[in-house]
Amino acid sequence: MRIGYYPGCSLEGSSKEYNDSLFAVAERCGITLETIKDWNCCGASAAHNLNHDLALSLPARSLALAASQGFAEMVVPCAACYSRLAGTQNEISNNVAVKTKIEGFIDLKLSAEVKILTVFEFLQKYIFPVADQYIIKKLDQKAACYYGCLYTRPKEIAAVEQIENPMEMDDAMAKAGATPIDWAFKTECCGAGLSVSRTDIVAKLSGRIIEDAVDRGAESIVVACPMCHMNLDMRRPEIKRQLKKELDIPVLFITQALGLSMGIPAFNLGLDKHYVSTDEVINCLAEKEA
Amino acid sequence: MARIGVFICHCGENISATVDVVKVAEKAGKLSGVAYSTDYKYMCSDPGQTLIIDAIKEHKLTGIVVAACSPRMHEGTFRKAAEKAGINPYLCEMANIREHVSWVHPKSDATTQKALDIVRTMVAKVKKNTALFPIKVPVTKTALVIGGGIAGIQAALDVANAGHKVIMVEKKPSIGGHMSQLSETFPTLDCSQCILTPRMVEVAQHPNITLHTYAEVESVSGFIGNFDVKIKMKAKSVDMSKCTGCGACWQKCPSKKIPDEFNEGMGFRTAIYSPFPQAVPNKPVIDRLNCTYFTKGGKCGLCKKVCPAGAINYDAVDEFIDVKVGAIITATGFDLKHADYFPEYGYGQFKDVIDGMQFERLASASGPTAGEIRRPSDGKVPEKIVFVACAGSRDKAKGIEYCSKICCMYTAKHAMLYKHKNHEGKAYVFYMDIRATGKDYDEFVRRAIEEDEVQYIRGRVSRIYEKNGKLMVKGVDTLMNSTPVDIEADMVVLATAVVANHDAEPLAQKLHISYNKHKFFAEAHPKLKPVETNTAGIMLAGACQSAKDIPESVSQASASASKAIGLFSSNELTREPIVAVVNRQAPPNFTSCTGCLLCQEVCPYHAIESEEIKDRGGNLIKVAAKVNAGLCQGCGTCVAMCRNKSIDLQGFSNDQMLSEVMALLNT
Repeated sequence: MRIGYYPGCSLEGSSKEYNDSLFAVAERCGITLETIKDWNCCGASAAHNLNHDLALSLPARSLALAASQGFAEMVVPCAACYSRLAGTQNEISNNVAVKTKIEGFIDLKLSAEVKILTVFEFLQKYIFPVADQYIIKKLDQKAACYYGCLYTRPKEIAAVEQIENPMEMDDAMAKAGATPIDWAFKTECCGAGLSVSRTDIVAKLSGRIIEDAVDRGAESIVVACPMCHMNLDMRRPEIKRQLKKELDIPVLFITQALGLSMGIPAFNLGLDKHYVSTDEVINCLAEKEA
Repeated sequence: MARIGVFICHCGENISATVDVVKVAEKAGKLSGVAYSTDYKYMCSDPGQTLIIDAIKEHKLTGIVVAACSPRMHEGTFRKAAEKAGINPYLCEMANIREHVSWVHPKSDATTQKALDIVRTMVAKVKKNTALFPIKVPVTKTALVIGGGIAGIQAALDVANAGHKVIMVEKKPSIGGHMSQLSETFPTLDCSQCILTPRMVEVAQHPNITLHTYAEVESVSGFIGNFDVKIKMKAKSVDMSKCTGCGACWQKCPSKKIPDEFNEGMGFRTAIYSPFPQAVPNKPVIDRLNCTYFTKGGKCGLCKKVCPAGAINYDAVDEFIDVKVGAIITATGFDLKHADYFPEYGYGQFKDVIDGMQFERLASASGPTAGEIRRPSDGKVPEKIVFVACAGSRDKAKGIEYCSKICCMYTAKHAMLYKHKNHEGKAYVFYMDIRATGKDYDEFVRRAIEEDEVQYIRGRVSRIYEKNGKLMVKGVDTLMNSTPVDIEADMVVLATAVVANHDAEPLAQKLHISYNKHKFFAEAHPKLKPVETNTAGIMLAGACQSAKDIPESVSQASASASKAIGLFSSNELTREPIVAVVNRQAPPNFTSCTGCLLCQEVCPYHAIESEEIKDRGGNLIKVAAKVNAGLCQGCGTCVAMCRNKSIDLQGFSNDQMLSEVMALLNT
């Protein structure tokens, strides 16, 4: 079956390493992802605050395109894109009047429903069944899996089974040989909503997340959202000022961590693109015990 | 030939203002079979009824239709009038031209036409009516009370004090229920056990009450006034007639590390145990799952050696007894939502995050800390306690939309008790709303806030985690511009949601009573029948119906007791004959029923049984369905199911219904 791929803006720009690592892992496992032709912005940054029709129309167009291009499933790795696309799909499928109106705006029919796969669902469905044969290294460290907000709420479209205590990435990290830790900030806010306007608040919120992970002995933080990654990785100077101490814990995308355990070279996973050095993670790779 | 009388009521102006009643009466008089038709201002009044009675006699009427209000209102009135005039009361029908016509339509010709149409259908029906006679069933004047908490105790005492026999079944070794675990009670702060234990003793000593503890209802059959109940008497392994309750056995029992249910797991008990010192009966049972004798194949046997009365009986087995009762009062109580449900609050993970019932035990003089509020992890007196007043309740995301009702009050009480015992301590309460609507309730909460300086924060708690030996409580103060609040607490008390007992559903199925999606038992009507169930003769008391505090549980218990006493006030029950019947025919058919018994499958009241029809020599001729008129509620499901129309509903037969429909169609 053909699997569609919706990159969104982040994966083509600031989180290119998420894109590269996802493709590297998929390719290693023999899975091809096809980018939706002529996809457009999901509207996450501003549309949903300004105009509800626009906020629905933007994702609806990409969904309609995916369907018309014959995809039954579409991987959406960015948490914000997922939230917009899944939220739109939820609203449209529950309200015929809204659906008809939006179809008018985008001049496309929203006939077939495309199943939106988060990165968790993609891993669960396509990677894990074959992962054992490809995971050749042990990512020998303690990892704090950070889920943030967009995968865990609202309840109707939550991408995790337990919204208050999600475990999807923890399970994936355990497969990669790491020890996921139990910690308190799994679903706390990183401040992404204010990532441009109030970087001081971002630093405070993200700082607390990083601090708790470090306090509990984590050696890396693992994420699946470009905004989370940006705030936890790029905002370190502000965070350092806030916490009055320097924390150098690296932040990895879940696909980068899995890629490492599959023996994919760090460069191919974009691990050189981070602000905080990822060398310690690369160095901790051990041989997998038989 | 039918001679039907039609009586059109004006209902003051309720009907006549919108319906041309004179015209309806005039046209009704011309309907086939109608011998007399008239209208009157108040048909239900004394002169109105006299008018009907006189007309029946004068015109030799064989049936009447009163076109007036809903039959719910006055069917009984007019049927009595018909009876007085010498015709069978079931030959009187009502046409509802008030609720269905005049109250819901404007004045117009169409409205008058609708009134006439309804009259016409009822005339068509009443022509097919037959005389019916009320069903009499005997009443067994004994009540079964299921559950020995405060609701069950109150209901049992009320019924027993009215002079009727009561059988009480309690699944635990002692009666007393949740109330026996409570410390003090709101809004008076009187000691729970002090007011409860005398009632428990009264139950045990009452000559009219038979108490079965460590027992459960196994099955229920029969119907109102005549229930057959099988009770499972779980093996206590102690002969109650020999045991004196001296306590030698549980002092010597070597299995001492069993989490104590009575203290909500915050203490230990032995394998042979009586749950608490004031237990009724105060005689032990052996918990076989934890007893060395039973788990290690006959090793130990210490309690038997030390028992001076020779009461220990390891060979005891579960026994079953059959009882006959006339009414059942269900008072099985509630449960609290437990661990694993609140991963964000660390409940079940952090020792010092406890629930409301655990706090009751900490605050209770008979509890594991003898009433001193010490936290479970290290026994220290907490300097700061955070109470979370809604933990699970009113939370769609948790699947519990309802308000647990008691938490606002007991949380205020908990904070107050803590402050009374630790003046320097700090108590915080996170709440959504304060629901303190009972008598003296709001005053009580104000007292906690104003006099005892409990700090109330309106907002929810998002997460509780442990850091540096403290419990970090993250919440929000929505009255302070949604400011995030972080409190470092020594202990957290969650007012977890009140939920139905885990075995509520199987019990409801045994009793054939309905329940809602949260497994709380359903009352027959939310306003007007709050203690009855849809199954006649089964009543509800206490928190098995919905979350309730003590005063409410007691009130409902007395209400359900009064229903039972009312039922027992006569020797026989009279029931409406609106029941299904299987037809009877002359031999050789006897009945058209083929005995397929599909009706038995679908009957929600288990009212259909199979009957063997035999000839005089006792030889089986055929098997047919038979309706138990005591159980049948007249719902008609069986009628819809019957393949060859052998079963029919008295008073609403297929023939009668079809006549109504045809009358409506053939205008």
